[in-house]
Amino acid sequence: MSKLQTNVMAHRSLQNERPFSTKRFFLQWEWMLVLLFIIINVINTFLSPNYLVFDSIMSAIQMFCDKAILVFPMMLVILVGDIDISVASIMALSAVIMGVGYNAGLPMGAAILLALCVGGACGFVNGILLVKFKELSPMIVTLVGQIVFRGIASIILEDGAAGSFPSWFQYLGWGYVGRIPFILIVVLIEAVIFLYAIHFTRFGRNVYAMGNNETTARYSGIKTDRIRLFIYVLMGIFAGIAAIFLASKMGSVRPSVAKGYEMDVIAMVVLGGVSNNGGKGRVIGVVIATFIVGLLRYGLGIVNVPSQTIMIIVGVLLIVAVIIPNLKSTLGGYRWFQKLMR
Amino acid sequence: MNGGVKRIISQNVRESCLLAVIFVLAVAVNIRSGGNFLTARNLSDMFVETSILAILTMGMMSVIITGGIDLSVGSTMALAGMVGTSVLRDSMNEAGQGISPILIIALAVGIGMLAGLLNGILISWFHVLPIIATLGTMNIYRGVTYLVSGGSWVLQQNMTTSFMAVATGKLLGINNLIWIALVVFAVNFYFLGYARTGRKIYAVGNSLESAAVSGINTKRTITLTYVIAGAMAGLAGILYVCKYAASQGETATGYELNVIASCVLGGVSVSGGSGKVHGAILGAILFGMLNNALPLLKISPFWQEAIRGLIILASIVVNAIVSRRSTRKVLERRAIA
Amino acid sequence: MKKFISLAMVLILSLTIFAGCGGGSSTPAQSSGAAAPAADSSTAAGSSTADSATAGDRVYALVAKDVNNPYMKKAYEGFEAACQELGVTALYKGPDQATPEKQIEIINQLVAQNVALIAVAANDYDALEPALKSAMDKGIQVVSLDSAVNANSRKLHINQADPEKIGRVLVQAAYEMVDGNGGMAILSATAQASNQNLWIEWMQKELEENSDKYKDTPLVKIVYGDDEPTKSTNETQALLMDENVKVIIAPTTVGMLAAGKYLQDNNSEVKLTGLGLPSEMAPFIEDGTCPWMYLWNPVDLGFLAAYAGDALVTAGITGAAGDTFTAGRMGEMAIVDAPGGGTEVLLGDPFKFEPENIAEWKAIY
Repeated sequence: MSKLQTNVMAHRSLQNERPFSTKRFFLQWEWMLVLLFIIINVINTFLSPNYLVFDSIMSAIQMFCDKAILVFPMMLVILVGDIDISVASIMALSAVIMGVGYNAGLPMGAAILLALCVGGACGFVNGILLVKFKELSPMIVTLVGQIVFRGIASIILEDGAAGSFPSWFQYLGWGYVGRIPFILIVVLIEAVIFLYAIHFTRFGRNVYAMGNNETTARYSGIKTDRIRLFIYVLMGIFAGIAAIFLASKMGSVRPSVAKGYEMDVIAMVVLGGVSNNGGKGRVIGVVIATFIVGLLRYGLGIVNVPSQTIMIIVGVLLIVAVIIPNLKSTLGGYRWFQKLMR
Repeated sequence: MNGGVKRIISQNVRESCLLAVIFVLAVAVNIRSGGNFLTARNLSDMFVETSILAILTMGMMSVIITGGIDLSVGSTMALAGMVGTSVLRDSMNEAGQGISPILIIALAVGIGMLAGLLNGILISWFHVLPIIATLGTMNIYRGVTYLVSGGSWVLQQNMTTSFMAVATGKLLGINNLIWIALVVFAVNFYFLGYARTGRKIYAVGNSLESAAVSGINTKRTITLTYVIAGAMAGLAGILYVCKYAASQGETATGYELNVIASCVLGGVSVSGGSGKVHGAILGAILFGMLNNALPLLKISPFWQEAIRGLIILASIVVNAIVSRRSTRKVLERRAIA
Repeated sequence: MKKFISLAMVLILSLTIFAGCGGGSSTPAQSSGAAAPAADSSTAAGSSTADSATAGDRVYALVAKDVNNPYMKKAYEGFEAACQELGVTALYKGPDQATPEKQIEIINQLVAQNVALIAVAANDYDALEPALKSAMDKGIQVVSLDSAVNANSRKLHINQADPEKIGRVLVQAAYEMVDGNGGMAILSATAQASNQNLWIEWMQKELEENSDKYKDTPLVKIVYGDDEPTKSTNETQALLMDENVKVIIAPTTVGMLAAGKYLQDNNSEVKLTGLGLPSEMAPFIEDGTCPWMYLWNPVDLGFLAAYAGDALVTAGITGAAGDTFTAGRMGEMAIVDAPGGGTEVLLGDPFKFEPENIAEWKAIY
C-alpha cells in the first residue's frame, strides 16, 4: 500500500474511536465559523450591491491572499505552542534581497530562489536559537528577529527601492486563470498540502502531541528539536514565497514592506480555532477564518466604514472567538449558569 | 561596610553586571564620539526620553513576572493620551486656559487603569491567553483612539501652556519627567519588594498552583498586574503626547516591543517569577542609551535598527548562558552537601 | 444551549458592524437602491459610470497619503467644495499609516464601488501602478495630486508648484538665514514620497550648480521623519547633535511643526524653513524660529484636482498636453508636459509666509 493510503486509513481509524453524534458534530468550532462566514456575507451583501459581484470578490481575495500564504505555516508554529512575530520582517528581507539580486544582474528565476533561501535561512536562525537556548521564549527570539531582519534589509537598500521586474512577474500577484486569481489557486493548493500533512501524517500527529505536552512528547520519542527547527524553517520559506507575491503586487520593494502583517496572520490563525496552548485546531477552520477576516475587511471597506472601526471589530471578533469555547469552563462554577444550561 | 556592599552585589549579580555594562558603554561611546555623549545637555535629553520608557517598563514588569504579556500598552498610551488631550482641547477657552494638567494626568491614568482592568478580566476570568487577549485589545484600543480623535490630530495649538510645561518644565534643574519616573520607581520598588500584595505577584509568577494553594487569590493578583501595567501606560501616554505636543491615532505604534525589549535587557525573565525593579530601570536606561548613542556615533540610520536588535540578542543570549552557569553552580553545591 | 449563546454572541457582533456603519465619517458611495440585483455575476465589475449614471450618482474619491494628515484634510476641503459645485458625491479615504500597500487595498475597494474618479496622493511613485492601471482599464479616471505616481499610472498630475522653483527657493532661503555660513540639513517625510524626493533633487541641483556660492553652506544630512510628529521630533533632536547643522529645511508640514516645536523648546540657534501650514507655524514665525517659509493653498489644490478629474470624466479631455479645462473660480487651466514623463497641470507658484502676512493667513489655512 502506498504511504498515502496508509495515512488515510490511520486517520480514519482514529476518527472512528467515538460514536458519531450529530449534536457534537455541529457544535464544533468550525461550524460556528461557517455560520459566522455566512452571516458576514449576508451583512455585506445587504450593505452594498457592489459586494456580491464575482470579479470584485475575486479581486478582493487576491488582495489578502499574500497573508493567506503565511497562515498555514503559522498554524504549525502555533500548534506546537510557539509564536513567530518576525514573519513580516523575513518577508521584507527576502523581498529586498530578491530585488537587489535581480537589479544586480541575476536572472529572475535565480532571484526568486534567492528569496526562498533567505527566508529559510532567517527561519533557521529563529529555530536554532530556540532549540539551543530553551529558556528563551519564542516571543523574545522572534521579536529580536523582527528587529534584526528588517534592520538588515535597511542596511542593504537604505531608503531606495529595487524593482523593474520583468513583465511576466506581475502575473504572479495580478494574474488570473480564467476568472480565478492565480494566487488564490496557489493558496488553495497550499491548503490541501497542509491539510494532508497535518491531519493525515505522523508528522502532523507529532506536532499535535508536542503542542499538547512537550515533555511527554519528547519522552515518547518524538524528536521535538528537529520538528521545531523544521517548522521555523518552513515558516521562513513561506515568508519568502509571500514576499515574492507581494513584490509582484507592488512592482517594487523597499525595506519597509509588509509592516504589520504578522498580527493579522496570527489573528486569522487564532480565529480559526488554533489554540495557543497547543494541540488544538484544524486546517479547515483556519481557511474559513482567513476568508472571514479578509472578506469582512473588504465588505466593510467598500461601504467606507473607517478602517479604525474595522480594527475594533476584528479585535472584538478575535476575543469573542476565543472566549466562546471556554465559556463553559469559565462560568461553569456559577450556579445560575448551570441552571441556564439545563 | 565592605561586607554590606559585597552582599548587595552578590544578591543582585545581574543588575550589577548591567550597571557595569552601562558604565563601560557610556565611557566607550563618549570617547568614540569625541566627548559628545557625557555632556549635560545630551544626558538630560537621554534621561528624559528614557523616563517614559522606564515608567512603562516598570508597569510591564509585574505582568511579565506573572508569566503574562501585555501587547496593548502602546495602544493604551495612545488612547489615554488622546482622551486626555481631547478633553484639554475642548476645555480651552479663548485665553488659552484650560483644565489643570494634574486633572488631565489623573484622567489619563484612570483610562489606563480601565484598559488594564479589561485585559485582566479577559485573562484571569475568561481564561484567554495573554498574547491573544492583548493582541485583540491592542486593536480595539487603537481603533477607539482613532474614533475618539475623530480623525484629527491634537497639536500644540490645542494644548494649554501649563500642560505643555509639564514635559518641558524643570524642578531644581532636572526635568519634570525624570522626577516623575523617579517617584514611580520609588513606589514600585517599595511595592514589589516589600508590600504584601507585591510579594504575591512574585509568588504567582513562580508557581501558579503553589500560590493558589497557599491562599493567594491568583485571579485578583493577575488582574492587578494588568491594571498596574495599564495605569503606567496611561501615565506614560499622557506624558508622551505632552512631550511631543502631538497626539495622533498612530501614537506609540509598536512601542510595546521597545518596552518588552527593555524588560528583557533588565533581566526580567519572560518565563516568569524573577526580575527586580532596579533591573527594569537599568534595562530601560540601557535601551535609551542605545537609542541615543547610535546617532551620536554617526552610525548610519540604516544600520541602527539591526545593531540595536543584535545588541538585544547578545544580551539575552549572555543572560541565558550566565543563568545556566549559576543554576549549575547551585545544583553542584547542593550535590556536594 | 451553548449553541444558542454562541449564536447570540455572533448576532451581537453583527450588530456592532451596523453601529460601525452608522459612525462612518466619510460620505458613503451612493448605491442605486436596495432592490439592486445582488448576485449579478455576469457583469464585470465597474464599467464606466459616466454615461450610465446621472451626475448625482457619480463618486469622486480622494485617496490621501495618510487619512489624518492635516494638509491632506485641507486638500479634501477644496475637493469636496468643488464636488458640491459639480453636483457629484465626494469621498475621502486614506490609510491610517502612510504605506503604499494600504493604498493599494483602498484603490481596489474604490474600483469595486465603481467610482468615477480616483485622485491619489501617492505614498510611492511606482508601487501603485498595477492597481491604478486596472482601475483605468475599468474606465475609472485617475489623477494624482501633491505626490505623483509614474506616468503610466495616471492620466494627469496636479502639481502644486513647479518643483524646481520649490527646491531652489528653499535652498536660497536657507542660505540667507545663516548669512551664507553654516551647514544645511533636510528633514523630509517618508523615504519613498515622490514629491519630497523630487524637491530634494532640485535642492541638491541648486547646491551643485552654484557650488561657489554655497561652499560654506553644504548639505550635511537628509533625515526622514515619516510624516509622524514623534519620529520627526526625534530626527530633529539627532540633527541638533551635529554642530555643523545651522539651518533645517523641512519640505513637509508635519516635519516643520515638529522641528519648530523642538527648536523653540530648546531655545536653539538653528533656523528653520520649509513648507508649513500657516495655522500651525504661526507661533514659530512670530518668534523668529522660522524667519519665513513657503507653501501654497492646499484647499485650492484639492479644488483643482476635482475639476481636472471632472474634465476627464465628462468633458472628454484625455489629459494630453495642450488640453485645457475650466476649473470653477480658478478659471481656465492648461495641461503641460511634466518633466518626469506624462502630463501635469500647475497650480501656481510657492507663496512666501513671513511675519508681515502670517497673521492674516493663519486663520485661512
